[in-house]
Amino acid sequence: MNVEPLEFEKPVAELERKLKDLRENSKEIEVDKEIRRIEEKIMATKSDIYRNLTTWQRVQIARHKQRPFTLDYFNQCFDDFLELHGDRHVGDDAAMPGGFATVEGRRCVALGHQKGRDTKENLHRNFGAAHPEGYRKALRLMRLGEKFGAPIIALIDTPGAYPGIGAEERNIAEAIAFNLREMMLIRVPIIAVVIGEGGSGGALGIGVADRVLMMENAYYSVISPEGCAAILWKDGKHAPEAAEALKISAPDLKQLGIIDEIIAEPVGGAHHDHVAAAASLKTAVLKHLRELEVKDTDTLLEERYQRFRKFGEFRER
Amino acid sequence: MPIFKKRSISAFGKKKQDMPEGLWQKCPSCGAMIHELDLQQRYRVCPKCEHHFTLNSDERIQMIVDQGSFEEMDANLETVNTLKFKSYEDKIKNYQKRTGLKDAIVTGRSKIGGEPAVIGVMDFRFLGASMGSVVGEKVTRAVEAATAENSAVILFCASGGARMHEGILSLMQMAKTSGALARHAEAKLPYISVLTHPTTGGVTASFATLGDIIIAEPKCMIGFAGPRVVKETTHQNLPPGFQTAEFMMKHGLVDRIVPRSEMRECLTSLLGYMMPRAAA
Repeated sequence: MNVEPLEFEKPVAELERKLKDLRENSKEIEVDKEIRRIEEKIMATKSDIYRNLTTWQRVQIARHKQRPFTLDYFNQCFDDFLELHGDRHVGDDAAMPGGFATVEGRRCVALGHQKGRDTKENLHRNFGAAHPEGYRKALRLMRLGEKFGAPIIALIDTPGAYPGIGAEERNIAEAIAFNLREMMLIRVPIIAVVIGEGGSGGALGIGVADRVLMMENAYYSVISPEGCAAILWKDGKHAPEAAEALKISAPDLKQLGIIDEIIAEPVGGAHHDHVAAAASLKTAVLKHLRELEVKDTDTLLEERYQRFRKFGEFRER
Repeated sequence: MPIFKKRSISAFGKKKQDMPEGLWQKCPSCGAMIHELDLQQRYRVCPKCEHHFTLNSDERIQMIVDQGSFEEMDANLETVNTLKFKSYEDKIKNYQKRTGLKDAIVTGRSKIGGEPAVIGVMDFRFLGASMGSVVGEKVTRAVEAATAENSAVILFCASGGARMHEGILSLMQMAKTSGALARHAEAKLPYISVLTHPTTGGVTASFATLGDIIIAEPKCMIGFAGPRVVKETTHQNLPPGFQTAEFMMKHGLVDRIVPRSEMRECLTSLLGYMMPRAAA
């Protein structure tokens, strides 16, 4: 796959272009030495860039249109996946696909936000911004999992729930709130993974889980960095500072205790190697699934309650 | 003549200065000048246009609970700046000074029409009644206490949404409060949510819309995204009355729109239907 470089990856891309050029077109005899020199420089530049990623750079990676999306992970990780449609009331939301899946012989229910890679796909998937129907379908599928004893895997990748007229008319806030409450009581294990964008309530709406994992370059935030910058600095251009201040990167959130594990991505980000990214995600999900499967249901629910109950910092005097 | 005019203006100016501050209030909806005492007697509702003035938490509590029954809970909870967010502490101190509150909600035990109810009243004056750790914790503790004590929960909501300055911790309060309400619901105890102007964002997308009964004050704004965001995202004109209580009732979110003068009576009668009764 030809990966489009992000702004901060341009030095690497430039070196790689030079290298390719040299290999294909150079007639000089001493070319081997030069090739080796550039290769070394590429390695050094890459490790320099990727070891010191700023939060804003991670946000760019999290939003990369070649990043693996929910259905890519489903294809890679599951033995099979049977999509099920509709919320049984209003419609089917293509921004929130879901259904039955098998992973290493285990039956489960899998669902998540789905983005599109091009304009046509994005019109269909609404850029991963789900309507109320998406959240209501998600809960319907989770209830199926509960009924048939299948654990739930939810992949989070949304800029936020859709702020549209129809969404408001059909009470999107209630659809999210209802999921927050009901997910707390679902009597099978739930694992949520933030795979790209964890956009606020729209992300949390399928994120009340026993374990919340996060891909290394994903972000999870109460407000988009641009939105925060617009309020705080009255200018979206300050988004990089806002991203830093909001502490939305996986390492920051691990430190705050919001997530349970960071899933390592291939060098440069998941979009450089879908297969490897999916393999890491699958390993992590299975590990946590094995830990959760042996718990009795009441313990599972008590721990899920306490997992969220403890969040919050305040003093009392 | 110019001299006479000048004098009259200066005399008027002086007279205005002598007037006790805040004796007359201008209705932000119809512009009518209303005497403060009138306003107090009428639940702070405009006599001309029925506009509901914003209430502070204390005024709200006095209008709702059985006289003398309110006992505040968790009054000493205060925010800490976990994310070290720029100028957040100054902001909080400033709002504390201006409102006399520690944060954006007051909670406590009370009786309403003789029934035990733990109530929470969000105060929009305090940083737009945004929900951070303190609001989330106080709501959660209030709900947990009500569940343990067989009381009803009544939350008077008003909020600009989740509090940005506490980042992801604010978002997590949505799950935390909803979780407490899940357990309260399992105990078959009533939760009434009263939406007041304006209820938006993360509060709408958590406890505000989880009431067994959802009541709204007339014309209050109820929404998930702000109207500007909706307009900018969709590039469409918003329908008339978009995101008002009346609009949301038409779209099935709100059980009843209740004017302030009837609120206490309505809550009392709802609790009468919903509170657990000893088997006859």
